Amino acid sequence: MFPASFEYHRAASVKDALSILQQFGEDAKLLSGGHSLLPMMKLRLAQPAHLVDIGGIRDLRQIKQEGGKIVIGGLVTHHQVESSDLIRGQLGLLAECATLIGDVQVRNRGTIGGSLAHADPAADYPAAVLALEAEIRIEGSAGTRTVKAGDFFVDLMTTAIKPGEILTQVAFAPLGAGAGYAYLKHRQPASGFAIVGVAALVALDKSGNLERVRVGITGLGAKAFRAQGVEAAQVGKAPDGIAAAAAHAPDGIDALADIHASADFRAELARVYTRRALERAVARAKR
Amino acid sequence: MAVIPKFIGERIKRREDPRLITGTGTYVDDLRLPGMLSAVILRSPYAHAKINSIDMSKARALEGIVAVLSGNDLKDKIGSVPCVAPAEHVPFHPVLAQGKVRFVGEGVAIAIAASPYLAQDALDLIEVDYDALEAVVDPEKALDPDAPILHEEFGDNLVTRAAVPNPAVDEAMRTADKIIKFRVMSQRLAPIPMEPRGAAAQWHAGLKQLTLWSSTQIPHLLRSQLAEMLKLGENRIRVIAPEVGGGFGCKLNVYAEEALVGYLAMTLNRPVKWIERRRENLSGTTHGRDQICYLEVAANKDGEVLALKGKFICDMGAYLQLLTPAIPGFSGLMMTGCYKIPALSFEQEMVFTNKMATDAYRGAGRPEAAFIAERTMDMVAGEFGLDPAEVRRKNFIAKEAFPAATAGGLVYDSGDYHLALNKALEMIGYQKTRAEQAAALKQGRYIGIGIASYVEICGIGPSSLLPPKLRGGGWESATVRIEPDSKVTVLTGISPHGQGQETTFAQMAADAFGVDIDDVNVVHGDTGLVQYGIGTFGSRGTTVGGPALMMSIEKIQDKLKKIASTMMEVPPDQLTFVNRTVALASDPAKSVPLQQVVDAAWGYKTPIPGVEPGLDATSFYEPSNCTFPFGTHVAVVEVDPETGIVKFLRYVAVDDCGKMISPLLVEGQIHGGIAQGIAQALYEEVVYDENGQLVTATLMDYAVPKAEMLPHFELASTVTPSPVNALGVKGVGEAGTIGSTPCVVNAVLDALKPLGIRDLDMPLKPERVWRAIQNAKKE
Repeated sequence: MFPASFEYHRAASVKDALSILQQFGEDAKLLSGGHSLLPMMKLRLAQPAHLVDIGGIRDLRQIKQEGGKIVIGGLVTHHQVESSDLIRGQLGLLAECATLIGDVQVRNRGTIGGSLAHADPAADYPAAVLALEAEIRIEGSAGTRTVKAGDFFVDLMTTAIKPGEILTQVAFAPLGAGAGYAYLKHRQPASGFAIVGVAALVALDKSGNLERVRVGITGLGAKAFRAQGVEAAQVGKAPDGIAAAAAHAPDGIDALADIHASADFRAELARVYTRRALERAVARAKR
Repeated sequence: MAVIPKFIGERIKRREDPRLITGTGTYVDDLRLPGMLSAVILRSPYAHAKINSIDMSKARALEGIVAVLSGNDLKDKIGSVPCVAPAEHVPFHPVLAQGKVRFVGEGVAIAIAASPYLAQDALDLIEVDYDALEAVVDPEKALDPDAPILHEEFGDNLVTRAAVPNPAVDEAMRTADKIIKFRVMSQRLAPIPMEPRGAAAQWHAGLKQLTLWSSTQIPHLLRSQLAEMLKLGENRIRVIAPEVGGGFGCKLNVYAEEALVGYLAMTLNRPVKWIERRRENLSGTTHGRDQICYLEVAANKDGEVLALKGKFICDMGAYLQLLTPAIPGFSGLMMTGCYKIPALSFEQEMVFTNKMATDAYRGAGRPEAAFIAERTMDMVAGEFGLDPAEVRRKNFIAKEAFPAATAGGLVYDSGDYHLALNKALEMIGYQKTRAEQAAALKQGRYIGIGIASYVEICGIGPSSLLPPKLRGGGWESATVRIEPDSKVTVLTGISPHGQGQETTFAQMAADAFGVDIDDVNVVHGDTGLVQYGIGTFGSRGTTVGGPALMMSIEKIQDKLKKIASTMMEVPPDQLTFVNRTVALASDPAKSVPLQQVVDAAWGYKTPIPGVEPGLDATSFYEPSNCTFPFGTHVAVVEVDPETGIVKFLRYVAVDDCGKMISPLLVEGQIHGGIAQGIAQALYEEVVYDENGQLVTATLMDYAVPKAEMLPHFELASTVTPSPVNALGVKGVGEAGTIGSTPCVVNAVLDALKPLGIRDLDMPLKPERVWRAIQNAKKE
């Protein structure tokens, strides 16, 4: 557990961090909570020559309301998310998801920006971020852009972030009154990551039919995804068709396989957890 | 003056804990000696490969590197890593690979530098030219004629064969109502101590004295073996086991790294330290279990079991560590469990595979045995439609039958198996829970009740049970010294590393001399301070170390009484020890202060006829038999048929470890044991792929359970003293592990019984359970 030597830089601001990234190019890596990068460095699977610690950039540690949105800085820890009254009150799905990440130590150190930027296929946040249709702000020396969650996850551990850019914040629309949600996961027994994690968000109309259905699924494939087939089959209908719709959750996805779960078991878990998450979300929703 | 209370039997908090939880303990890695160097080891990425060449020139050229060595540099310098257990084929086991690597993680080269970072940089520059060879991973294929051979000199992959034949078994097979055949597997596990291994050494050139700090369970046995490996006198080596962050059997061993740091300290004349990394720990520290048993059970319709016949295949790994081929024997001998099964025979085939060696792991052979016995009881119950509790009752050895000779040739010391079973069933509310189970099934819920009544073998033991090549037997030693200021020092030959004898033994010594527990200091784990001892393993610390301590306590008590008797002019046998006095038992007000008696012994200004000066006694206790703790565990689980997840509803454990000196520590041992046993049933397995690559090489893949994955433990005990020792203790270090694994498996299979599922291999991971359910539904 002895990383190769590297030069340590502590960025004072986003601008500062960007200029260090620009200076060292691909030899530089951003350090946030360190929960993904440091283990790889300890095994020397990652050997960045320059480590740019953005942990001191206070602006990125904030959770705030801005223009009707809830804006979460990239350095906000999972524990901040799970314990924030604002998030628990208006973005319950995200808080519920954060509560199930890793363990207390991981939640105290790991950050939302780090998790999303790493894009581990088994990370919990991507499912919720997709279901919540978050907007992700990415800053680079060429300027700032906003990427929709649906466009953010590109492939296995690959996102829309380009070299030299930093994920600075994630913005969410509040759930709104009456919305029902649930995040359920099948936990990998060793790592605590999601073998399958399903984030479900629903709204009911006055007659109790599903007005809005969003399902984000992580763990199943190379990247988290929206189960749009499941969603489309449900909108405008009564919730009693959930089970039939959920059966299509893994459709079209090339399921991952490892010693903890084969591809067909993962696919089955996606069906079961999608159904259960939707059922729980409906039970929590108010007309 | 405050009255000093008695301590034995009280729920006393561990005296070790404050320093451990406040970071003031000293582990091997906490050692900082002037000029100390770090060693880092390059390990084989191949399960089986020929080493063509190792180019260390770039590594050696790196600035600041002190030395880089490979196996060839150490030929004839360091002896074989020892295996003391008898076997037909014991290969030479080099401290670093010579010519060939035989498992992923085998040491190939070592780099030494001022820091581990720099040493690791050097390792990255070593170029090894390997020719990959086909690997043997499946132990059942290791003896196939076309299997690649690990150690060419033996001609095949056989380690040894053992057979305990018995014609009575064949006779029983002929007369029984039914022969039930099934395969029982105890999968390979990694012990995962919280602190991995570590070793540091310092050579005192002028004194010709080597000091070795090691995270070990057996400092003296290690010293003996190290002396042979390094060709040094035992009187030139001091082994210190500082704080040891858990062992679970994997530190009941002698490893290459211990000899390597010793050798390097001597040759470089600088202190050298090596600390194992978790990845190394998972690949290069002994694993446990890994046995397959093809079982035949002769049973009658009323549930009576007449005979057991087992054919074992035991995976020893690539080399033999200290006791590797000795472990399976316990599984065979103990497989009749708590039952009066009259006939037993078994064969064991132990084989080499391209994996890390197996060896002792919490339970060491007995969890496998208990698993066989307890699966047998449930299989018999299932076969004849009987209640599993009734089948156990039918076959239990009756309490009147003790001492009880078993079919395995052991003599169980004492037991009351019905009592523990009845108590556990009463706690769980057996009939009511069965009714709830039936009601739940009607709603499509799969609830299972699992029972395991175990007996195990502890306190090893008579020296004849230990391998002849082991220097040191099955005895244990203790020194008791009352210092000139009346404080008590205990030097014990055991080497506790979590078991808590600093507390237990202090309780015993305090009560014996009528002093406070804080007046007692228990010293262990240093061959420079403590007389030769055997160490801590096999639940022997209190069971064998305790009686040794009592022998020395009694010698000092006798001496103190003799001296006091001359002062008080009463016969010594009328005296006792209370409140830091030596007092008349019948009238404790008549007393002399303990200090006054101690002064007479150490000061010796007035010679006492027939009494030597000083208050220091050493004893060696040889037990006449092992001890056999037992108990019954009952689990209630619910299986989610859609996901295969097993959820605990209840967990009850009734354990009988004889008399308890420290009931709180007993509970702690049971808790930890149950956690590890449940882990085997549900979560843990070391996985090598078909090429011998270790898939579970980190804790991101090897599933050590977290608190949330375990049930609430409802504990109770029965107390059946052991007649083997005067303390009546039996040992409790492994009991929880042994009872819990079959209990949980039986519970899960009981839940799946309505689906027609009869048996499943461990670990009962969600996918395995789910798949069995899917298959059952198809049929």
